Amino acid sequence: MESTARLRVTVNGEARESDVEPRLLLVHYLRDHLGLTGTHVGCDTSNCGACTVHVDGEAVKSCTLLAVQADGAAVKTIEGMASDGKMHPLQDAFWEHHGLQCGYCTPGMIMAAADLLERNPNPSDEEVRHGLEGNLCRCTGYQNIVKAVQAAAGAREAVSA
Amino acid sequence: MSATEKPTAGQGWVGQAIRRKEDPPLVKGQGTYVDNMRLPGTLHAAIVRSPEAHAAITGIDVSAATEHPSVTAVFTGEDLAEDFAGPIPMVWDPPGVEIKTPEHWPLARGEVKHVGQAVAVVLGNDRYAVADAAEQVIVDYEPKPAVVNPEKALEDGSPLVWDQFGTNKTHEWGIAGGDAEQAIADADVVVERRIVNHRTAGAPIEPRSSIADPRGDGVTLYSSTQIPHIARFILSGMLGMSEDKIRVVAPDVGGGFGAKLQVYGEEALMVALARKLGRPVKWTETRSEHMATSHHGRDQIAYVTIAATRDGKVTAARGRFVNDLGAYFQILTPFIAELGFPVAGGCYAIPNIKLDFVGVFTNKFATDAVRGAGRPEQTHLIEVMMDQLAAELDIDPVEIRRRNFVPTESFPYETPLGIVYDSGNYHGTLDKLLEHVDMDAFRREQAEQRERGVHRGIGLSTYVEVCGLAPSRAVGPQGVGLQAAFWESAMVRVHPSGSATVYTGASPHGQGHDTGFAQIAADRLGIDPQQVDVLHGDTDQGPFGWGTYGSRSLSVGGEAVGRAAVKVQEKAKRVCAALLEAAPEDIELADGKFQVRGSPDKSMTMAEIAGAAHIPPQELPTDIEPGLEETSFYDPENFVFPFGAHACVLDVDVETGKVEIVRWVAVDDCGPAINPMLIEGQVHGGVAHGIGQALYEQIVYDDEGQLTTGTFVDYALPTAAELPEFETDRQETPSPVNQLGVKGVGEAGTIAASPAVVNALVDALRPLGVTYMDMPLTPMRVWQAIQAAQGANGGPPATEQGREVDSEHGRGASGSGPASPTEGGGA
Repeated sequence: MESTARLRVTVNGEARESDVEPRLLLVHYLRDHLGLTGTHVGCDTSNCGACTVHVDGEAVKSCTLLAVQADGAAVKTIEGMASDGKMHPLQDAFWEHHGLQCGYCTPGMIMAAADLLERNPNPSDEEVRHGLEGNLCRCTGYQNIVKAVQAAAGAREAVSA
Repeated sequence: MSATEKPTAGQGWVGQAIRRKEDPPLVKGQGTYVDNMRLPGTLHAAIVRSPEAHAAITGIDVSAATEHPSVTAVFTGEDLAEDFAGPIPMVWDPPGVEIKTPEHWPLARGEVKHVGQAVAVVLGNDRYAVADAAEQVIVDYEPKPAVVNPEKALEDGSPLVWDQFGTNKTHEWGIAGGDAEQAIADADVVVERRIVNHRTAGAPIEPRSSIADPRGDGVTLYSSTQIPHIARFILSGMLGMSEDKIRVVAPDVGGGFGAKLQVYGEEALMVALARKLGRPVKWTETRSEHMATSHHGRDQIAYVTIAATRDGKVTAARGRFVNDLGAYFQILTPFIAELGFPVAGGCYAIPNIKLDFVGVFTNKFATDAVRGAGRPEQTHLIEVMMDQLAAELDIDPVEIRRRNFVPTESFPYETPLGIVYDSGNYHGTLDKLLEHVDMDAFRREQAEQRERGVHRGIGLSTYVEVCGLAPSRAVGPQGVGLQAAFWESAMVRVHPSGSATVYTGASPHGQGHDTGFAQIAADRLGIDPQQVDVLHGDTDQGPFGWGTYGSRSLSVGGEAVGRAAVKVQEKAKRVCAALLEAAPEDIELADGKFQVRGSPDKSMTMAEIAGAAHIPPQELPTDIEPGLEETSFYDPENFVFPFGAHACVLDVDVETGKVEIVRWVAVDDCGPAINPMLIEGQVHGGVAHGIGQALYEQIVYDDEGQLTTGTFVDYALPTAAELPEFETDRQETPSPVNQLGVKGVGEAGTIAASPAVVNALVDALRPLGVTYMDMPLTPMRVWQAIQAAQGANGGPPATEQGREVDSEHGRGASGSGPASPTEGGGA
């Protein structure tokens, strides 16, 4: 436990350097060391996806990754989604389509959805549902989340058209 | 106009699907959930929990943990005995009924009664280190036999959870109206079933979390709770502290579903430790801790008898209920099953009803309120039984419901149990459902699908539920016996520049009160909802309130907001009238302005009136007090009774037993909408919760009392991929109980859903001989039921119609079985 490891990581575009316990989970590094508490913990078994962040552009469950495994990587969290003071289209769509109630799963859900849209810009409802299978929501029954993701996909279309 | 008359509405914000005021920080990751809070100098707590279901503690060695370099202190139950003035209370004391109530302390004292019971607490600077150190606390246990099956627990000679009571029976409670026994004896037809409503978890995605922060001679507790004011009241008793020295704050709360309608031992423990150590103390449960030690729900075995005439008119309903309450009580544990009694008999005019409840101790964690709390159980059984009766009499399930509905012209309708259903139109919601679902077309499609080997079924649920908790005298100490009241408070404060702050005693955790309550206030104040800030969840900010649960927030809390806002409106009219030289009764609120009736050019905005109320001009008479702030304490005169009609269409893969829901149609009536978007969201989530119980979710303890569903790996919440797109529609039948005319919708979907799923499954599999099945309808259990019905694999022959005695409580393929409990079924 005395031994620490040097961690160099870029988080939301900002270079970070820390000495951390090798066993420290990425989610706890983000929350407890960097104060980025938008990434949540909802289970301990990688089922709920509340801790989803992007590591080098891919969605990962940060409760299942050691912080040191992200050494040298670029990490993006929910706090890094808005740009120029404007919400990300997914954030806006979740708001517009009532895709959240208690909001606890929302950051992870948005990060997973962003990854899904990156890989599949025009998903069917079925593809959205399967794409978000790794993220649990107890409040919404998912319907408005699917609607929000579809709306955000449409907004991306409109921008790129 | 007095505050009890119909208020003047302003700009019609009520009824609009405006998007939520709550959302921007939440979608940006700026929520203030308790575990996100960082207080300087915080000590982290890790709790040592029992791996035994039932044991004596013969020794606890904390030396290794205490010597851990990061550990500040370790305490056992004995160490903290002086720090608590009282145990965790249970607040139901029904007149004339004795409930055997064991002492329940935050940390075990000498014995453990369930897996996960807190035995010791380890405190230190680092959350990883305290988890390490907690593993070094050595506890010696002398195991005792575990009591797991509630029906066996009632048999003579069963091991006891509590030796001092000499029985595992906690209490009996019954209620009856008419003469059910006679009606059953006289009936043309009697249908009896044993219906298991298995144990579930609330499972909000945010685990529970508490931080106690000592301040002077007081403590602030930040906690993920649905009931901050009740928590303060109870904690003051448990800790022997004056209420004014405790502040409880529920910041953003990540879902509750009843699991946070509780005062837990850990909350009291954090307060005690913060006082003892003079530093903030924080504990956040792991998901495994949640599954083991946040209260469970349901867990009822019902022996149900329905009597009817040959043409399908139900003449009596009788239920005998065995409720597995676990080892200790939380605040409402023995009461939850009984809470369903007001809707026993459902939306049907059944003249004779008799209900008998028995509570049972087992070596499990306590059950208590989970979304619906007693009403899902009652609704499930009556809706399932209507289909069973329909099959028995070969009457269509739609038709048998129509023959028994409380007639629309009979409201207010008094049930034989003395409950008065406020308003309803049950044919209306069913008619609307059938506009969406063409039953004849479905039956043709079903027949065609069967030809092709697809086993498709449809199930109905025409539910009524009771919410709007509650008329205080009906449920209070001299009524049902809760040592509590259930009015709600609201304070509306208009600031000098005309914006407003509303404080509500309700305590939301996802419902959208900030938005809905702002709409209610805005209409009555003549301002925009964006100018109304809604505060809640802080005992230092406003008057006492009873919190959010039981779908009560709108019909009690929202009504209080409306009434307080009307009082403000009345005062605003007096100020306005004085300044415009008119009579107060001639001032009307229209188009966002207070104007003289008939002279719209003579008007003032709320901002102008608020300015004058705070900085009075000479023209304002001195008998009008300065300020613009009013408080309302609203105690409803009756409950409210939302209702509706849901249909589930599902396919069963008979080779694997897998069930797939292919269509869901929901028509709900919760009175006039404040914000239809919020209603829809509640229906979606509520139905998903009910589907979760019906198909996937189950808390399972093995024969030794070990919890085998301790994580989300084993306890399966539905994901997006398992759920259908819900088709929703509404009808609006106002309640006469409150001025808003509203009912509630937070639990309706959950209450409605589970019987629709079971009825659909039976409809799909009836040709294969499956006539009834208990939840959860997991692939294995469905496959077993099909095999049993087909007489294969050594299962019962098909003539048994797929019924099989459920020997393992809540587990295995099950069926209707015998219709009387082995013992103590309420006789």
